[in-house]
Amino acid sequence: MPTFVYMTRCDGCGQCVDICPSDIMHIDKTLRRAYNIEPNMCWECYSCVKACPHHAIDVRGYADFAPLGHSVRVHRDEEKGTIAWRIKFRNGKKDMELLAPITTKPWGTAFPKFAEIPAPSQAMRDSELLFNEPKYIRLDDGDLRSLKTAGLKLKEGVYY
Amino acid sequence: MGYKTIIEDNIDILVVGAGLGGTGAAFEARYWGKDKKIVIAEKANIDRSGAVAQGLYAINCYMGTRFGENNPEDHVRYARMDLMGMVREDLAFDMARHVDSSVHLFEEWGLPLMKDPKKGTYMREGRWQIMIHGESYKPIVAEAAKKSADKVFNRVCVTHLLMDDSKENRVAGAVGFNVRTGNYHVFKSKTVICGAGGASNIFKPRSVGEGAGRVWYAPWSSGSAYGLMIEAGAKMTQMENRIVLARFKDGYGPVGAYFLHLKTYTQNGLGEEYESKWFPALAEMVGKEYLDTEGQHLSHKPIPTCLRNHAFISEVNAGRGPIHMVTMEAFQDPHLEEIGWHNFLGMTVGQAVLWAATDVDPKYENPELTTSEPYVMGSHATGCGAWCSGPEDVSPPEYYWGYNRMTTVEGLFGAGDAVGGTPHAFSSGSFTEGRLAAKAACKYIDDGKAEGIRVSDEQIANLKKKIYKPLETYRVYSNEVVGGSVNPNFINPRQGLDRLQKLMDEYCGGFGVNYMTNEKLLQIGLKKLKSLEEDMEKIAASDIHELLRAWELHHRVRTSESVFQHTLFRKETRWPGYYYRGDAMKLDDKNWHVLTVSQRDRKTGEYTMEKAPLYHLVSDK
Ligand SMILES: Cc1cc2nc3c(=O)[nH]c(=O)nc-3n(C[C@H](O)[C@H](O)[C@H](O)COP(=O)(O)OP(=O)(O)OC[C@H]3O[C@@H](n4cnc5c(N)ncnc54)[C@H](O)[C@@H]3O)c2cc1C
Ligand code: SF4
Ligand code: SF4
Repeated sequence: MPTFVYMTRCDGCGQCVDICPSDIMHIDKTLRRAYNIEPNMCWECYSCVKACPHHAIDVRGYADFAPLGHSVRVHRDEEKGTIAWRIKFRNGKKDMELLAPITTKPWGTAFPKFAEIPAPSQAMRDSELLFNEPKYIRLDDGDLRSLKTAGLKLKEGVYY
Repeated sequence: MGYKTIIEDNIDILVVGAGLGGTGAAFEARYWGKDKKIVIAEKANIDRSGAVAQGLYAINCYMGTRFGENNPEDHVRYARMDLMGMVREDLAFDMARHVDSSVHLFEEWGLPLMKDPKKGTYMREGRWQIMIHGESYKPIVAEAAKKSADKVFNRVCVTHLLMDDSKENRVAGAVGFNVRTGNYHVFKSKTVICGAGGASNIFKPRSVGEGAGRVWYAPWSSGSAYGLMIEAGAKMTQMENRIVLARFKDGYGPVGAYFLHLKTYTQNGLGEEYESKWFPALAEMVGKEYLDTEGQHLSHKPIPTCLRNHAFISEVNAGRGPIHMVTMEAFQDPHLEEIGWHNFLGMTVGQAVLWAATDVDPKYENPELTTSEPYVMGSHATGCGAWCSGPEDVSPPEYYWGYNRMTTVEGLFGAGDAVGGTPHAFSSGSFTEGRLAAKAACKYIDDGKAEGIRVSDEQIANLKKKIYKPLETYRVYSNEVVGGSVNPNFINPRQGLDRLQKLMDEYCGGFGVNYMTNEKLLQIGLKKLKSLEEDMEKIAASDIHELLRAWELHHRVRTSESVFQHTLFRKETRWPGYYYRGDAMKLDDKNWHVLTVSQRDRKTGEYTMEKAPLYHLVSDK
């Protein structure tokens, strides 16, 4: 389908509608539950699947090459900072569980507070440096690379 | 139609499209422009939009200067070889010398980067790639953008750039519509950083019907960066340099980690190594400089991606397909097996779904590979995009007009796929380019270059009329027939897209013709494209969602036109394996060791093509 929604699990909260990058999860006006309005524009990106608080969305592989009977389920946990996958093969021979971290920091806490950082000086503005460079390139005092420091000379242009 | 007009005025920096390029731009703009008004207009939700929506398992561009691994000039040499010379070396060098700082920021923000326990460095997949647990890559960088911007407009599809009415060739903002409310959004801005991404679904995809969404680049990559910039009159470069990818069949699962980290390799249907046998003949076609069949083991020059495609395509044509990835050896190691699966789950879940559905267990069966339909993008192993200014301290005069990453339209900057001649930037490089563009945009404003911008009410009203026309067309004509999708007065966006894909495939070198085209075919294709463009005036949208598809199609058609023009202009086969000009099958360095540059006249729609000098700034080692 690629994604589809189980009628009994969906409560029409709209989280999937909010997140789908392809704008194809919509709420059915009569049933007041979500569904995929344009399966052939679905990437199986799982953004909606991960976002659904009720695990109401699932994916059935593309009909033009995927037979029925498999499943790939996911549980993304922002609090724990992990994502858990379960892959079941069609023939029942393989049933895998995989786990991976999604972040190393409590969500959204680690960004620089620009308001507290002094504005860059004119010298910095005139240089080629970006925010917190050159420190952030080498994480030491090494300077930004230029053709000169790299020992390179401008070569002749090649023209027709 | 009773849609409201919402005007956001006094914007300093408008970021159009907040993928990896756009998020980088918004973040950096806040540092250099503390008091500036920064606004994002994004057609999806920036938490999961763009090519990185489902995550990535690798950062494909990291120098590791900190660990003494590589220097920026090494990367330029690599990208130059991979693109058979055709690289804007100033831009590539500039991106590469800053890219590590972006990756270090990602780590600080919480992106889990894998470490090499012995060396203490980041775990390398290959010389340029490092491995990450990147499922939340996009939400993490989106957080930085959200914290930096004054306002984020999600679900606003930008359709046109606004032009200054008081000064020729200067940008003044953008317009679009909200795909939820239908409201018309006007953004009046001193500068625009365009990060609206490359183009999938321009060429007919191999998958059909329900599966048509299974393309390698995201189906929502609608070539908007190109469509917007081309219509604003920006010069474009290397638009003929479309990319074809070798990937796992049907799912398009990535092969990078398999080749580089898991050390898998390919073989033909008979179980033989096939690649090297195509290289001697190919070396005659492209010249020794690009494919040194004897000295390769000494020169260590990488074999360009397109040439490896050529070997793949030729072997299949010779009847010795399918090409298999030999996974059975590597997958006996449980750790490597797990990495193989994580790699899909982190960035192409569809491949895992497919293997589960078809009972392909790569531990016991070597999976098939395929070559994809072509894509038009500027940040992977290909460099389509706008002709942009480089940095002051590196660029020769022809490449430098004052502000880094500014296009030839004043105040209009690019990042990521939008910038031409900068392949191998990938996610980290795209983000870095956004940062570079943002700093330059702030400087542009501070230098007083954006003074006196005027946007007439007439321009705003005309664009509004244009944008909603497809809804009007539907309203007027849909009831003339009993029902269904067949109407003599209009076509719907899907029908238009099918037509575009068919003609691009057949006349511009898609998979259906083995990536082959020639002057005659291109001329016919252009003619058909012209009639599609006429029909675009009659495109009908039954609701706002279809209106979104109509404007995506519009941007795809613009991009395609540019691809046609460029392919016609470059009369040689520069990248065999990406496409072939049947009437000029050899690489021709004498006439074509140049960058191609096009410009579409904003008023007449006519194209002018020119050759631009190709400077090799970085010497061979
Ligand atoms: C399957 C896959 C695997 C990849 N693997 C890797 C990898 O392992 N490592 C790596 O480093 N890179 C990888 N890449 C490449 C990387 O994702 C891209 O290089 C990068 O995302 C390009 O950035 P961008 O900002 O130009 O485009 P995008 O990130 O695609 O952003 C474009 C943005 O513009 C928005 N937009 C589009 N049109 C409009 C419009 N009209 N109005 C408003 N907004 C609009 C989109 O919604 C999107 O948010 C991969 C890409 C894919 C698809
Ligand atoms: S997120 Fe889940 S519960 Fe909410 S509307 Fe979508 S499918 Fe239904
Ligand atoms: S899988 Fe992705 S593209 Fe498909 S409906 Fe869900 S969010 Fe949208």
